[in-house]
Amino acid sequence: MPYGLLAPEIAVTSLGLVVLGVGLLSRPRPHPAVRVLAVSGLALVLCWVALTFTRQASFFGGVYQVDSFASFFRLLFLSAALLVLLMSGRYAARFGPRLAEWYAFLLFATAGMMVMAGSGDLIALYVGLELMTVSFYVLSGYLLADARSAEAGLKYLVLGALSSAVMLFGMSLVFATARSTVFTAIAAAVAAPAPSPPALLAGIALLAAGFAFKVAAVPFHMWAPDIYQGAPTPVTAYLAVASKAAAFAALLRVFLAALPGQLPDWQPVVALLAAVTIVAGNLIALAQTDVKRLLAYSSIAQAGYLLVGLSAANPYGLRGVLFYAMLYVFANVGAFAVLTLVEVDTGGTGLDSFNGLGQRAPMLAMVMTVCLLSLAGIPPLAGFAGKFYLFAGAVQAGYLWLAFVGLLMSMVSVYYYLSVAKAMYIGPAERTAPVTVPSPARLCLWVCLAATLAIGIYPGPLSALAQVSALLP
Amino acid sequence: MTLTLHDATFALLALLTLGAALGVVLARNIVHSAFLLVLTFLGVAGLFLTLDAGFLGLVQVLVYGGAISVLVVFAVMLLMSEQAGQTNPPGASRFTRWAGGVGAVALALALGAAVCTTAWEPGSGPRPEAVAELARLMLGDYVVPFEAAAVLLLLAVVGAIILAKGEDGR
Repeated sequence: MPYGLLAPEIAVTSLGLVVLGVGLLSRPRPHPAVRVLAVSGLALVLCWVALTFTRQASFFGGVYQVDSFASFFRLLFLSAALLVLLMSGRYAARFGPRLAEWYAFLLFATAGMMVMAGSGDLIALYVGLELMTVSFYVLSGYLLADARSAEAGLKYLVLGALSSAVMLFGMSLVFATARSTVFTAIAAAVAAPAPSPPALLAGIALLAAGFAFKVAAVPFHMWAPDIYQGAPTPVTAYLAVASKAAAFAALLRVFLAALPGQLPDWQPVVALLAAVTIVAGNLIALAQTDVKRLLAYSSIAQAGYLLVGLSAANPYGLRGVLFYAMLYVFANVGAFAVLTLVEVDTGGTGLDSFNGLGQRAPMLAMVMTVCLLSLAGIPPLAGFAGKFYLFAGAVQAGYLWLAFVGLLMSMVSVYYYLSVAKAMYIGPAERTAPVTVPSPARLCLWVCLAATLAIGIYPGPLSALAQVSALLP
Repeated sequence: MTLTLHDATFALLALLTLGAALGVVLARNIVHSAFLLVLTFLGVAGLFLTLDAGFLGLVQVLVYGGAISVLVVFAVMLLMSEQAGQTNPPGASRFTRWAGGVGAVALALALGAAVCTTAWEPGSGPRPEAVAELARLMLGDYVVPFEAAAVLLLLAVVGAIILAKGEDGR
């Protein structure tokens, strides 16, 4: 077997270990080289994955899959990790002597996500998921002196463990009926009987509940706003973008590779979850006055749009999920990068911290506006193309009402996204000093801006990539 | 349907496990909760043994019944407050307590109904040399999750140290 194809996972894990070691050797303050090491290492792995994109293999009898689906999500996680590392420089100074470990946890979380996207088996999926979530438990509580951050870490630990237990229970019921944990074997075993056995349906319901928690879909979203607000802002960005995408990768794998025969059973449930998530996420976001919390509710709504693609379960919708997940990385990390810089500068994340940003830092204000409008789905930005695929898929699958709900709520979302733009451009400016933007963060902002514009104007290449990578039932 | 010795043992162990688990939640004194937790672990170990998974049963006794419970008891001892009877207080609101209880019973009934109405195929009986097969699986087909679990343990330890050391990092 071509074990070289597992190199990205091994490389990211080893990089995490090396960073941990360098951090130990350079006490009490971690050496600045740690960050350079992490960034350049990730960039190399990203190039490697891009160059070997077309090489595919199935390992260990299907337990681990390196296919274009896995490679697409590896690209996504690595880009998100790189952008978050680039933009977090100033903020990360708050972590003091624990900085090297912070990078290591970020890298281990990335490795866990890659295992999730590549898993072809329930056990591999679960271990990858835990590797990611346990890293995030620590990362959410990393600002030890901040009571909110500590609360976020503890809350995430308790609720995350509960949701993992629910998901494991679901997996055990699926295993009991299918007598295998490998997705292809499950699909073969449960395809035969016409009505699905009740135990299998119970297992699917518990699995869906567990995944709905991980992607923060309503009504399993209770944890998200508090944890997103309490966690350090770069961690929130990574949590909202990459951990959500990883949960979606695993969700698509399980439902499309292992349970395609039960499509009529789960499709209406996913459609309902999507609708409730879009409506509740957008409506609650309307009332927010803190930008960090606003972005938290917005990311709940975004998970709803992604669920629309899964509920469509046709080539158009599933290509849309991958396409949207990728552009969501650039739009959301861009918005969070601006939020991080503003938080470092003003010390707050409230809407009033953004007052007068249009004059103080035109670049930041522009990136923020473009990213938020992309999240709202305004043409010609990337979000419009993504929503077009998702909703077109839903219409093709006969969920006209769902596409209608999505469109209506996208219009509603423009209101709260523009409230941030309003504060930046016509809010009363108390401060006038320009905001300092370090060059790595500037690079991150430019990449997010360029990608959001480029994908929106010329969606062809990413769309083609998403098409060859999409899993189909 | 006749009740075999195996069924009776299973029922007894299941009752013991569930009762002890309920006691963990309901006991007001956290020391009692800790010891009932040990009983729950041992009940699960017994269930493994009745299912011919002897190795797993022994590991369960060693790791959970032994190591983990000692850790739990030590943590309780170090953090113990004066009033032992109020160390594991129930939730503040009577409504949430009842809602939680009713929800748990309803979920158990629904899952039980789903499992009981499913037509299960009979199992293929115990497998020979379960330990050897376990080792083969862990270091063969499941080597990726096995290694990922190793990294998981490492980062859990590092994370616990970071969070426990606190802000001043002494």
